[in-house]
Amino acid sequence: MPEDLTARVIAIVAKTTHKPIEAFAADSSFESLGIDSLDGIQILFALEQEFDISIPDDEAKKIRGIADVVEGVGKLIDAKQG
Amino acid sequence: MSPDLGRRVAVTGIGVVSAIGTGAAAFWESLREGRSGIAPIRQIDIPGLKFQNGAEIPDFAWGDDRERSLYDRFALMAGCAAEEALEGLSLPRERTAVITGSCLGGNHFEDASYRELYAERRTRFNPVTIPKIMENAPASLISMKWGLAGPAYTVASACSSSNHAIGQAFWMIRAGLADAAVCGGADATFSLGILRAWEAMRVVSPDTCRPFCAGRPGMILGEGAAMLVLEPLEEARARGADIFGEIVGFGMSSDAHHITQPSGDGAERAMRAALVDASLAPEAVGYINAHGTGTQANDPVECQAIERLFGARGPAISSTKSMHGHTLGAAGAIEAVAALLALRHGTLPPTANFTTQSPDCPGDIVANEARAASVEYALSNSFAFGGLNAVLVLRAT
Repeated sequence: MPEDLTARVIAIVAKTTHKPIEAFAADSSFESLGIDSLDGIQILFALEQEFDISIPDDEAKKIRGIADVVEGVGKLIDAKQG
Repeated sequence: MSPDLGRRVAVTGIGVVSAIGTGAAAFWESLREGRSGIAPIRQIDIPGLKFQNGAEIPDFAWGDDRERSLYDRFALMAGCAAEEALEGLSLPRERTAVITGSCLGGNHFEDASYRELYAERRTRFNPVTIPKIMENAPASLISMKWGLAGPAYTVASACSSSNHAIGQAFWMIRAGLADAAVCGGADATFSLGILRAWEAMRVVSPDTCRPFCAGRPGMILGEGAAMLVLEPLEEARARGADIFGEIVGFGMSSDAHHITQPSGDGAERAMRAALVDASLAPEAVGYINAHGTGTQANDPVECQAIERLFGARGPAISSTKSMHGHTLGAAGAIEAVAALLALRHGTLPPTANFTTQSPDCPGDIVANEARAASVEYALSNSFAFGGLNAVLVLRAT
């Protein structure tokens, strides 16, 4: 499941930022990929749409890379599934 | 004569995106041939809309993936026009102004977003909604993409927006406040909300646009963009630049009269102010690219204002809106390019779709076919809803 989730997150981030999937790894940081704050809010929007979740602003501010996204999204999906 | 106001200003770049051609060469060929871009609207299907025709840009595409995700159609059109205008030019980074005009802003994306909000009850908006719909997106795009870091802003005065933008850029260079400028306007018109709003005004023609004609049925909406690059004439000449013409005068006025009905007095005062600014007598003007919307209200008022200022034997007049439609915030820029090309080629573009001249629209109308004429000075008129008038005086090189 985490590997599948990582792949889905990378696919969404790659599509949103118009970058090739191969540019991403599970531990990639956004800074290293040149992803800025405007890309960031578009990624959050795409994740919320894809997983039907709501990412709180406080949580969003802590995100620095793919691993943070996967962890945060995983928790929100778990919470939704109760 | 007015005092020496400063430097002469040359147009060293032009770019056009229009229903009758993308690129100045294609645009000019259509103007010269009197070829209209008015056709059934294809971008959007609105059952029951009282008009079916518009002047659209078929298959418009510009920008990379990121630009297309960040900018709405009007801003991409502006970028496309700027790219053509700036080709081969190197402008001083912090001394180049970018001044654009728009009437509608990013209404395509705004319309689609509000549909999701109201009709589909969505609670999340795309996070780039604000930067996509803001009217200044073209100025920002051009400034960022070409690294132009001088004064940059956007003028909103409805259908006069881009004439005001060009006029301000002209004055800034003339006065030494900037050493170059990219100026013009852009509007994308064919969204559900905007088309319904124009329908409600009952001024859009059910078939085509016939400016100055008896029984003229109204205006035809168009979309597009045009950008001009302005530089001091002496510097452009010194490096052997291709010069499309000069801007020699700019005049503005307000009708202070009515939110939609033009007064005529304001139009006359704006044209007079432009001639004074150019230190030019009315007799020197050989051509006017009229505002010429083809509506019942505009055309008589404009023609009569021209007659009062220039007399019964005034300059040749045409409305190229009969071909590229009324492009609102882009109109002044598209028509300034048309007038510059007319001066450059010694050929006055016609008023297309012309039938019989209306008795209340006096003047020497260039009808249906282009006219060969060696003209030194031309006016380009823009008169907006709300009574805001802006007129440019252009000179052949």
